[in-house]
Amino acid sequence: MKTGKQEYNKMIEKASPNSSLIQNCIWAFVVGGSICMLGEALYNFYRNMNFVLSDARLLSSVTLVGLSALFTAKGWYGKIAKRAGAGTLVPITGFANAVVSPALEFNAEGFVTGVGAKMFIIAGPVIVYGVLASVVYGLVLFYIMPFLR
Amino acid sequence: MKRVITLPNPVYITAYSSVCGKKESEGPLGPYFDYTNRDDYYGQETWEKAETEMQKRSVSYLLEKKNIKREDVNIAFGGDLCDQITSTTFAQRDLGMPFVGLYGACSTMSESMAVASCFVGSGLLENAIAGASSHFCTAERQFRTPLAYGGKRTPTAQWTVTGAAHVFLEKEGEGPCITRVCFGPVVDFDIKDANNMGAAMAPAAARTLLDFFDESKTKPEDYDAIFTGDLGSIGSNLLKQLMSREGIELYNHQDCGLLIFDRHGQNVQSGASGCGCSGCVLSTYILPKMKDGKLKRVLFMSTGALLSPTTSMQKESIPSIAHLVEITAERKLL
Repeated sequence: MKTGKQEYNKMIEKASPNSSLIQNCIWAFVVGGSICMLGEALYNFYRNMNFVLSDARLLSSVTLVGLSALFTAKGWYGKIAKRAGAGTLVPITGFANAVVSPALEFNAEGFVTGVGAKMFIIAGPVIVYGVLASVVYGLVLFYIMPFLR
Repeated sequence: MKRVITLPNPVYITAYSSVCGKKESEGPLGPYFDYTNRDDYYGQETWEKAETEMQKRSVSYLLEKKNIKREDVNIAFGGDLCDQITSTTFAQRDLGMPFVGLYGACSTMSESMAVASCFVGSGLLENAIAGASSHFCTAERQFRTPLAYGGKRTPTAQWTVTGAAHVFLEKEGEGPCITRVCFGPVVDFDIKDANNMGAAMAPAAARTLLDFFDESKTKPEDYDAIFTGDLGSIGSNLLKQLMSREGIELYNHQDCGLLIFDRHGQNVQSGASGCGCSGCVLSTYILPKMKDGKLKRVLFMSTGALLSPTTSMQKESIPSIAHLVEITAERKLL
């Protein structure tokens, strides 16, 4: 063929439409913001129920995760995420969706080789590198602490 | 190099069948399927079983239309996208025909038709079944992410068709006939974006078409339409550009991936994909039109991206392939 690989890759770039950045950002902002606002509302609700600060924070996170799991199981989360993108991915609800969706999906392959083994196929790297990052952060903090005092 | 195989005798497509899922039934070809089900599980427990069930139903419709028994089928050729083509083999476990499994990713429909035609056209077999299937959910969970996972699809992504299609090929009979076939080579243009399959497959489609035109001394004008399998809008555009650079204008090109869904109304980004895509369009659009005499000579070429989840993760590029069959309407309609 007369067209080379490099030339073809340039043709692809021209032919492939980009994601609509502004529209996606607006969706992400509105949906992501709404989830965070719900978090705030939950926090205030638990505070009004006379929970201490740390418990109220924890409970609002737990509630959000629970809601996300429910929405995932009902198939609603994917429908919102189809438009919201990062808006549903970044908040804690996105993490819950990433764990619950494979758990549901691989239920057909059994509790051990399916649900158990596949539950963290998406969230696994986040946990691994999240823990690793906190170890590094802890070490750095440990060594610079004396100089900060 | 001999690439175009002229069949010693024309192979007649005497019956065709297709079944599909909910989204396909809501598309422009919805009314023409033999069977559609609102439930993509097809009454089964798993998606894989659903795809097997679709294959079985499609073959049953085919046999029903021909009014013959399973035992009368010489050989069934076919495949699908699942690991180890289990949807097809599990369907054949119950159908019990002599069976040849093929894997050409989304090119499987024209691949199985081309292989079966060689057997029937040369007189080695009296008849054969060729078919393929794909299921959005089995493909999605194998190649991408779990279904309930919330993610945004890129504008270049394509939607795997939930459908199974089969054709009945015979040495003698009535119907459109296959006259020539051309098997394509594996082509790789260093595309690594698994969300842009059309772009990865367009060079393979161009390669096979160029080989065919060159050796058979034909040109696009000789055909009423040239159908590709599942290039989608981006891949179709690229194919036309590639061919244009070779001095061939594909003015009569149509892509099955753009025919089965209403691309904008059904939110399928660049179009449809999957083995079932070209198969279902063949059975509900191309062959009926040939039977009515609206199309007289067409080229039907399914295209396949030969990647696996493992090779994708290992950052390998996506090789692709395209196989072509030339279909001519019945002599009395010409």
